[in-house]
Amino acid sequence: MLKLNAHTITNKEYFYGHKACGGCGESLALRHAMKILGENSFAALPAGCMAAVSFIYPNMAFTTNAMITPFAATASVASGIAAGLKALGIENTQTIGIAGDGGTADIGFQALSGAIDRNADIIFITTDNEAYMNTGIQKSGLTPYGTKTTTSPAGENLPGSITQKKNMFEIVAAHGITYAATASVGYIEDFLKKVQKAKDTKGTSYIQVFVPCPTGWGYPANETVSLAKAVVDSGLWYLAEYENGEFMLNKNPKEFTSAKDYLKKQSRFKHLNDADIEYIEEQRDKKWEIMRRKWNY
Amino acid sequence: MDRPKVKGWSYPKSIDQFPMGSTCKSDHLTSINAGWRTVKPVIDQEVCINCLKCFLVCPDGAIDKSSKELEIDYDFCKGCGICAFECPVNAIKMIEEVK
Repeated sequence: MLKLNAHTITNKEYFYGHKACGGCGESLALRHAMKILGENSFAALPAGCMAAVSFIYPNMAFTTNAMITPFAATASVASGIAAGLKALGIENTQTIGIAGDGGTADIGFQALSGAIDRNADIIFITTDNEAYMNTGIQKSGLTPYGTKTTTSPAGENLPGSITQKKNMFEIVAAHGITYAATASVGYIEDFLKKVQKAKDTKGTSYIQVFVPCPTGWGYPANETVSLAKAVVDSGLWYLAEYENGEFMLNKNPKEFTSAKDYLKKQSRFKHLNDADIEYIEEQRDKKWEIMRRKWNY
Repeated sequence: MDRPKVKGWSYPKSIDQFPMGSTCKSDHLTSINAGWRTVKPVIDQEVCINCLKCFLVCPDGAIDKSSKELEIDYDFCKGCGICAFECPVNAIKMIEEVK
């Protein structure tokens, strides 16, 4: 298989001129996904940043077919598009659903679960920036412990969000999905490879890509990619795949870089004290102990 | 430079010129993003080693690799500075925009 990197991917842009904030990680992930999927793709996006920044009538940032879906219906609209294309006999197309963390793990969850159950021929990409950013930074199911958002304020009594990040990747895998993966815009080549794999998969595939948000997280816009790399290196996010009923860790750091350094770069974690960070590291080590014991790498 | 361009557009003058439903053509850019920028990236071609890291990390796809030297589409660069931050040889400088 052709190695996908900056030299081999197309120069053509399929998602261009959008109005996302400068340094937006989500639009970076979407830009590369569209590059791999190409001009015969049909995108379905729910209410969220990526829909809000690209469909501003009469400005349209997609150069392919794309539509906005009801918030809860990304995967079902994508399933419908795929079924429609099949009925019309249109071949060599890709149907993708692109939702944020709220549109996947909370509001869009039942539609996604149904689509995987039917094994609809779609690719579902979750751009995970760990809160509802478009509406003003509210906590979602994928917001990690200790995050300050407008609905999980940090103060004397609470350290921000008191719940753990929902384990969406393994929940999706538990459906017996054909292909699922996690990725990060800090490791773009790895993400490109996974989108290509999803494209080659017949049936439902799911990719959850970690995308920093300078506006919602409070860090300088030029550090988007380095933060997305730091989160993987510090073990607070992982790169993995699920295929043929087996989990595979794509990156198994011998030693984690400092979680504190990663957290303290962002104003959403500024309030955390040493005990909070110790707790976060404890949870991380527990998770990695299980992954290393049970998963291939 | 091979990047989508802004298309001519004028608002419909009568009701029958509006499209049916809330639809619009794809690849239909009607405004640029250059006004967002306070600093702009400038590539020093002498120092650039053509590793294409900046092309890879730009969220706006504003860096074009189709010519021999990398070109920046200043109509759509928002000046976020990821390219300069990630450049391994510091070939990109962020220069303040002056009117």
